Amino acid sequence: MSPSLNATLNSVCFRTIDKPNPASLETYRSLGGYEVLKRIITEQTPAVEIINELKLSNLRGRGGAGFPTGLKWSFMPKNYEGDKYLLCNSDEGEPGTFKDRDILRYNPHQLIEGMAIGGYVMGAKTGYNYIHGEIWAEYEIFERALDEARAAGLLGDNLFGTNFSFNLYAHHGYGAYICGEETALLESVEGKKGQPRFKPPFPASYGLYGKPTTINNTETFASVPYILQHGGQHFLDLGVANSGGTKLFSVSGHVEKPGNFEVNMGLPFPELLALAGGVWKGRKLKAVIPGGSSVPVVPADVMMATNMDYDSITKAGSMLGAGSVIVMDESTDMVKALDRLSYFYFEESCGQCTPCREGTGWLWRVVRRIADGKGRMEDLDLLTDVSTNISGRTICALGDAAATPVLSFIKHFRPEFEYYIQHGRSMITG
Amino acid sequence: MPTIEIDDKVIEVKAGSTIIEAADSMGIPIPRFCYHKKLSVAANCRMCLVQVEKMGKPLPACATPVTDGMKVFTRSQFAVKAQKSVMEFLLINHPLDCPICDQGGECELQDIAVGYGASGSRYTEEKRVVLNKNIGPLISTDMTRCIQCTRCVRFLKEVGGMMELGMVGRGEHAEITAYVDKSVDSELSGNIIDLCPVGALTSKPFRYSARTWELIRRHSIAPHDGLGSPIEMHVKGNTVMRVLPREDEAINECWISDRDRYSYEALNSADRLTTPMIKDNGVWVETDWQSALEFAATRLNDIARNNPQDIGVLVSPNSTMEEAYLAKKLAQGLGCGNVDHRLRQSDFRLDSKHIGTVWMGCNISDVQSMERVLVIGSNLRNEHPLLTHRLRKAVKAGAELSLLNPIDDDPLMPVAHKTICAPDAMVNALAQILKAMSVMPRYAGHLSPAVSNLIDKVKVQSGPQSSAQAIAESLSGSSASVDLVAPRAAVLLGNIAVHHPRYAEIYSLGEAIAELCGASFGVLSEAANSVGADFAQVLPNADAMNARTMLESPRKGYLLVNVEPELDCHNAHLAAKAMAEAECVVALTVFKSEALRDADVLLPIAPFSETSGTFMNMEGRVQTFSAAVKPLGECRPAWKVLRVLGNVLNIPGFDFDSSEQVSREIFGGEDPSQLASNRLNNHLYDSGVRDAARVNDETPNILQRIGEISLYQADALVRRAAPLQKTKYAVPLAAYMHHAQLAQLGFQAGGAVTVSQGNGSVSLMAQIDDHVPIGCIRIAAALKETAALGDMFGPLEIKAVEIKAA
Ligand SMILES: Cc1cc2nc3c(=O)[nH]c(=O)nc-3n(C[C@H](O)[C@H](O)[C@H](O)COP(=O)(O)O)c2cc1C
Ligand code: SF4
Ligand code: FES
Repeated sequence: MSPSLNATLNSVCFRTIDKPNPASLETYRSLGGYEVLKRIITEQTPAVEIINELKLSNLRGRGGAGFPTGLKWSFMPKNYEGDKYLLCNSDEGEPGTFKDRDILRYNPHQLIEGMAIGGYVMGAKTGYNYIHGEIWAEYEIFERALDEARAAGLLGDNLFGTNFSFNLYAHHGYGAYICGEETALLESVEGKKGQPRFKPPFPASYGLYGKPTTINNTETFASVPYILQHGGQHFLDLGVANSGGTKLFSVSGHVEKPGNFEVNMGLPFPELLALAGGVWKGRKLKAVIPGGSSVPVVPADVMMATNMDYDSITKAGSMLGAGSVIVMDESTDMVKALDRLSYFYFEESCGQCTPCREGTGWLWRVVRRIADGKGRMEDLDLLTDVSTNISGRTICALGDAAATPVLSFIKHFRPEFEYYIQHGRSMITG
Repeated sequence: MPTIEIDDKVIEVKAGSTIIEAADSMGIPIPRFCYHKKLSVAANCRMCLVQVEKMGKPLPACATPVTDGMKVFTRSQFAVKAQKSVMEFLLINHPLDCPICDQGGECELQDIAVGYGASGSRYTEEKRVVLNKNIGPLISTDMTRCIQCTRCVRFLKEVGGMMELGMVGRGEHAEITAYVDKSVDSELSGNIIDLCPVGALTSKPFRYSARTWELIRRHSIAPHDGLGSPIEMHVKGNTVMRVLPREDEAINECWISDRDRYSYEALNSADRLTTPMIKDNGVWVETDWQSALEFAATRLNDIARNNPQDIGVLVSPNSTMEEAYLAKKLAQGLGCGNVDHRLRQSDFRLDSKHIGTVWMGCNISDVQSMERVLVIGSNLRNEHPLLTHRLRKAVKAGAELSLLNPIDDDPLMPVAHKTICAPDAMVNALAQILKAMSVMPRYAGHLSPAVSNLIDKVKVQSGPQSSAQAIAESLSGSSASVDLVAPRAAVLLGNIAVHHPRYAEIYSLGEAIAELCGASFGVLSEAANSVGADFAQVLPNADAMNARTMLESPRKGYLLVNVEPELDCHNAHLAAKAMAEAECVVALTVFKSEALRDADVLLPIAPFSETSGTFMNMEGRVQTFSAAVKPLGECRPAWKVLRVLGNVLNIPGFDFDSSEQVSREIFGGEDPSQLASNRLNNHLYDSGVRDAARVNDETPNILQRIGEISLYQADALVRRAAPLQKTKYAVPLAAYMHHAQLAQLGFQAGGAVTVSQGNGSVSLMAQIDDHVPIGCIRIAAALKETAALGDMFGPLEIKAVEIKAA
């Protein structure tokens, strides 16, 4: 049974959204904001209790990989002497993603509180929020929120008269997609060129400046105060098995009302589509990329029968990813669409590892050649083979991200590619 | 220790090692490009992907640590498929221009492509083209061939000490480049040619001159600084075409300095002397060996018959042990005790006090594991380019490096403490370190009366005192963060210390400091055979003249072995004058030289590449080598020339048939290494020169010269290596001084000045160099342009050249 829409829309990370001055400290406090932080700090709540609450809530990383947050937080070394760091990943740069921007714009304090709680739990005294370089206005909103929080004694040294300190800073990037990969992000914060590091060692043991570091997505951090305010069980119950809580879905593409919708996990896709006003211009749905451009595309019929949670989307042959739902109507030329996506990965590859540096250019050039009407039948097997040769052989997951659209587009829409090759033009747009 | 299995072979490996290290130790080949055992792991090429049991993806062997029970398959279908796919990716944008590529035949990409590449390409799109970069006179670039392995980037940063190359741009646009408009200036730069697995970086001087399979490899030893790197000379016909390192973990690891790599260019220079020459009425005429030798013998004999002490024998410290020894033996045969190889030393007061042969006091490979090091008087990168890398390793591992120096050049590693002061303040600065150390509780009971007595007299001047305290603490092991009980420490003297006019005090105080804190103590020997010549007693007899006095009181006759007097001696002016006034100068020389204009006979000798011989390096290692090529023209190995000269002079004991016989005589038939280790000893008989009266000497208000020898002017060979002379190290000659000094003297940067020392003066340009302390002017020695000047360190006068109004 589907949950009632009105009761649950925008209830966690977006809970300030309908209030006047949603980004202000006052608004956030009126919802009980920062009370959790104050309570755990003054009562010296044991970290393990908080981690257990997060584990109970089944909160999973909202940056794309869906790694259980409570577990991740427990990886940080406990008796480490020296600095530890907390990093928030607000670098969203993948085609189709735009949810973290709205958290920064409408509810920055909940993110700040979430990070401060993380600092307390993991013993980090310093945090950075890495904000995508192309969302300057939101960066400024966040800086203002930081100032407010500092002035109100919610960030800084000796918070609430205890010996706990947490200092948080904003850091803006310059728009490179790769800097959203957590280890490239570390390099970038260190002032170096944003290139992923080989793992292991993982950031929890060797992170920022070589110190233990935890990196979470904006939405992940922003969910934490809510969970601790209302309890892990409550959050868990908002969702479905294996997918606790709510999720922000960024719906874009061929819909009447593109936008962000924070709904309960497990919402049937048709209901999400309805929230976005349905497919535009009364057209028919052709396909959906449900989690951002690096997850496999799903044909309309399968998508319409799928619920929006981790397991259901996996069963549909794709991934929930960052919850970035790209809707394509029947007029979409899938070859052209793939051409655009492949160009993105070609342009955003960092260039350090061979399969991705060489392979992304190869993929894009062949797709472009097909779209230019100069394709050859053997190109389709070549594309599949090259994609397979990139997958799983690179330093970071950008390589896989580049290969996935190619594999899934050809898998589901092969006739369109063949038509281009045979006729030198599009089957859809002529 | 974890046990792992690679391709069904079981091995126990060190915890923390990687799969590739384990495989390499077992001789199991794994293809690789970015991995290099001496560089950090980048894991970017992906060529080394292997299958690891229970892992869904292939893992890079170079970056994957072993775990107990791990099972690795390097040749499984799964692994090979991954390796082949990476090979394909590497080749799609590679130009495959092997026929016109200098790397052809010795290319890692070519070799591995034979095993893992397909016979045809599936890539039919446009290939990438990358513009070439001009990174200087030594390395030529073909950047389209680059496979972005970043070995060169990592080498310059990690070994060279400065990140002179980097990867700019992303994805397919990523390319290796230097800073805008900058060349690669590292004194170790040539190693990136060896590291580059493709033909992107090749040797500019060697370019297009030979194919690897045409070259015969002959082993030799680098003939410049005291490191004595093992090298391989690549020979085509009878010409040395290039020089590459040979690997020796204890000496050079797998690197060589650019000086050792490119100096071979001088071997074939037009300056080579290939026929004996005699000066006849002021005109040089070519002659045959017999006439030349008879001429030389007769003239020397004429002088010796009258008074053998009227002869002076100067031997280059870059000559082999055999050559130096025979020169000494010849002098003895003539009854003359004036023999020396310490041409740039000026203070010989310790001569009767050395117990043994002076050396570096520890092994080369020990340097990197030192925890505290004090280097006294050395422009490190200039003097000892590759040894400096060992220091860099030590510092990277946490060692504290302290410097006491008259110039503040950057050694390209963090310096914990330093005292930069005028040369004449160095002795006091050193005494202050000793004084600061002496009051530390842990040493208080260990002071000898001589040291205590001395310390009482040391004036603590305000200037360098603070770093004296810090250096003393550092050497003793205490510092803000840690307190080591007995740190592994070394006190090392560099060339500047040895050339210093008060070397005796510097040495004695350095030794006292080292003794107090238990540090090893020694001298980083300047030349390839400084230690060897010392060992072979190529030194003045007691009461005879040393390299300086032989020039101060000019001799009637000189025998020069491989010496360009005004360039190789401490006081150029004295040297030139002595030669000009001598009745007879017999010069055994590799090159025609303006510095030998006053010689009477020139005997063409073979450079190191054309003779066999032995060098003893700074750690006392005895290294023997054979000729790589036949002597050019009429040249003869110097040991043979000296032997025949001995025969002509009827001196007994000169019947050697080979250089080995000479070296057997030097070592008295004993095992050379054993004998060397018995004789190496830096202690002094009566604690040296610790004359309290002189520790506080300073000469305020007198400008002093700092006459250091630049990297590529050190010896006759390197001075003639054309490509090296085109590098940034060939700094334009000028009178360099601190900007405040310039202002105080009222000069303009770029303005003409006249510099005088004694009777000689030269015109130079005044320039700013804030690495020079106030009170000093830095004017390079070993240059013909400054040959009219005197002591490398000593007072000078400087005045602006008046420009008359038109
Ligand atoms: C190429 C690439 C880009 C990524 N970009 C982002 C991003 O913009 N935002 C983000 O939160 N995670 C991004 N990730 C995932 C992060 O590496 C990391 O898994 C995530 O920030 C962890 O946070 P979470 O556990 O809260 O999801 C990216 C990963 C890859 C491989
Ligand atoms: S997969 Fe691409 S983006 Fe990731 S490290 Fe390799 S080259 Fe860089
Ligand atoms: S050698 Fe291992 S990735 Fe390059």
